[in-house]
Amino acid sequence: MNFGFTDDQQAIKRTAREFLDARYPLATVRTLAEDERGFTDEQWAELVELGWPGVIVPEERDGLGLGAVELVVIAEEMGYALAPSPWFSTTCAALLLCAAGSDAQLERWLAPLARGEVRGTVAVWDENSGPAPDHSEVETSADGTLTCVKIAVPDAASADFLVVSGADGRHWVVERSAEGVSIEPEEAIDPTRKLFRVVLSAAPADPLEFAPEAVARAYATIVTLLAAENVGAGQRAMEMAVEYAKDRTQFDRPIGAYQAVSHRCAQMLLEVEGSRSLCYWAGWALAHEPETGPRAASMAKAYAGDAGFRVAASALQVHGGIGFTYEHDLHFFLKRAHANAHAFGDSRWHRDRVADLAGV
Amino acid sequence: MDLTLSPAEEAFRDELRSWLEANNPGREPAGDEAAFEFRKDWQRQLNDAGWAGVSWPKEYGGRGATLVEQAIFNEEVVRARTPSVANVLALAMGGPTVIAHGTEEQRKRFLPPILSADEIWCQGFSEPGAGSDLASLKTRAVRDGDEWVVTGQKVWTTFAHHAKWCMLVARTDPDAPKHKGLTYFLMDMEQDAVQVRPLRQITGESEFNELFMEEARIPHENIVGNEGEGWAVAITTLMHERATLAFGLQVSVQIALRELLETAHETRGLNGGVATEDPVIRQRLAQLMIESEVLRLNAYRGLSAIMRTGVPGPEGSLGKWHWSEVNQSLAELAMEIAGPRAMLSEDSWSYRFLRSRANSIEGGTTEILKNIVAERVLGLPRMR
Repeated sequence: MNFGFTDDQQAIKRTAREFLDARYPLATVRTLAEDERGFTDEQWAELVELGWPGVIVPEERDGLGLGAVELVVIAEEMGYALAPSPWFSTTCAALLLCAAGSDAQLERWLAPLARGEVRGTVAVWDENSGPAPDHSEVETSADGTLTCVKIAVPDAASADFLVVSGADGRHWVVERSAEGVSIEPEEAIDPTRKLFRVVLSAAPADPLEFAPEAVARAYATIVTLLAAENVGAGQRAMEMAVEYAKDRTQFDRPIGAYQAVSHRCAQMLLEVEGSRSLCYWAGWALAHEPETGPRAASMAKAYAGDAGFRVAASALQVHGGIGFTYEHDLHFFLKRAHANAHAFGDSRWHRDRVADLAGV
Repeated sequence: MDLTLSPAEEAFRDELRSWLEANNPGREPAGDEAAFEFRKDWQRQLNDAGWAGVSWPKEYGGRGATLVEQAIFNEEVVRARTPSVANVLALAMGGPTVIAHGTEEQRKRFLPPILSADEIWCQGFSEPGAGSDLASLKTRAVRDGDEWVVTGQKVWTTFAHHAKWCMLVARTDPDAPKHKGLTYFLMDMEQDAVQVRPLRQITGESEFNELFMEEARIPHENIVGNEGEGWAVAITTLMHERATLAFGLQVSVQIALRELLETAHETRGLNGGVATEDPVIRQRLAQLMIESEVLRLNAYRGLSAIMRTGVPGPEGSLGKWHWSEVNQSLAELAMEIAGPRAMLSEDSWSYRFLRSRANSIEGGTTEILKNIVAERVLGLPRMR
């Protein structure tokens, strides 16, 4: 029994923190937030250099062959830095390909993805999707084309291929440059992750194999990564609030000396640490205890979804008026935590799943 | 990261499980005296098999087990629903404090009868005027030759009416700053100068007592640590309280939650179905499952941090606070599921509901725990 990272995992965490600290200061995050594409080719090349696109990809497909714990470690640091990057969307595509890609698909897409030559993303939600991520309205044709409208697809314009979800857990690979694919930017609440509206009109589509269990595990990993991002974002928002509470003086003392403020900060720690425990456990379970993985992932997503937003909102309250200005960086963390809470099933949906899995 | 038990830990758990299965004496009888005798017998049985002081050093009658094994033990006894042990305060707090701060003579004198339940201990910290601000306590101890003479009042002393020894913190230097003038004594309860009066609590029973000392006598050799260093010794006691109880507490929450699920499956909810079909109840049950999982994981994370660095991590200060909130929400949900029966004081849920109100007060109020987190973990300025 040891609830700590291995030396290798600690090294990944340290490298990620140092790299992201150096390359994604908040001034850079702000610039990218205002940029339509949201990252530069140089920035992507640096992630490729680190091997991050292929963390989860097997070594025989040119990836690092690591597991969910390592992904969680990186996702937490990405959330802490709030680095705008197509890393998350590409990792989602990699997870679904690993779960259900045919040999040909893995060769065509996964290995180049791991080498950093192509990027992917996932298109999941319809305009009529409620909180459930598994709802889908996709029309298929006999000659293998797809017709549908997907909203809030991350990094679609800069992706080379999209993994598109249909009803009953079916998925297809669609090339972004194919005929019948139209992509329009959407106004996203969180400007550090670019979202697009994707319209497919009889677009050629290559079906993934039908592997519902493996696909469910891939989604469990995806939601754990979002939860881990919220751990990082929540941690950063908390640190900002604590620093501000030490510095800001009102009524002749630092506001952090008032319990109305300091107890708020203590509550942030409770929720950040709780989220962290659940995320690390979920990452470990997905890699080592598959029967527990989906339950742990939904628990982590529900808890960290709520907690990430609450912590950031509470940090904004600690900052007072300055926290409400666009010039302050805090709102980026609030927006990311909020968006993550609503992506791939909201907290309500994941709690319901926890109840289902426990036989309630 | 490895959240499975090692082969040695698994062997420890299996041995313990089969021993508990074979020896669990079942439910304790009604009535305070009978129940207490029953708990004493159970503790003796544990001690004879070497399960009383699990992580205590072997030379003092313990098993010398690791922290993980102690945690496994605390989980397994709750899971097996064994009775409580009689000398719970001495095993969880008093003994570890004597091991950490006591002299060799004190360890030899006091530890064996703790394990055998021959001498029960109670804790004399809180006073009517010193609750959260414990260091402001006023009970006075004055040196008289080889003895100390103690006068004052303590409150919330669990098991005082059964106890032979009291972990007593008293003021020995009224002129020193409030944290510096305290000394930690072991006081013999069997003297006329010590009077015990039970306190009736909102559940109707009397777990706690008031303690009155009118020139009670304590020999000088019963000081634990040094004169004037009682605060540091008392903190050791409180840290042990928070660290070792966490495992048992989180398992008892898991068990209560399982029972609540069973109840919810059999209770009518809104619209004529069972309560578990009510989406609001489902959401709250799921949230409690998640929170109780957080309690479990934080307990293990805290343990791993202690093993790695020797000190509890930040999550250590969160456990008791979080547990009290989860346990209270659980009891509140049970009352909602109960419908109009929530008005009746008829079962273990109504007891649990009332008893849980003390959770955020006993062993450090939530407000004090938040202060500790804010000041010592987050480094925020002190209010005072």
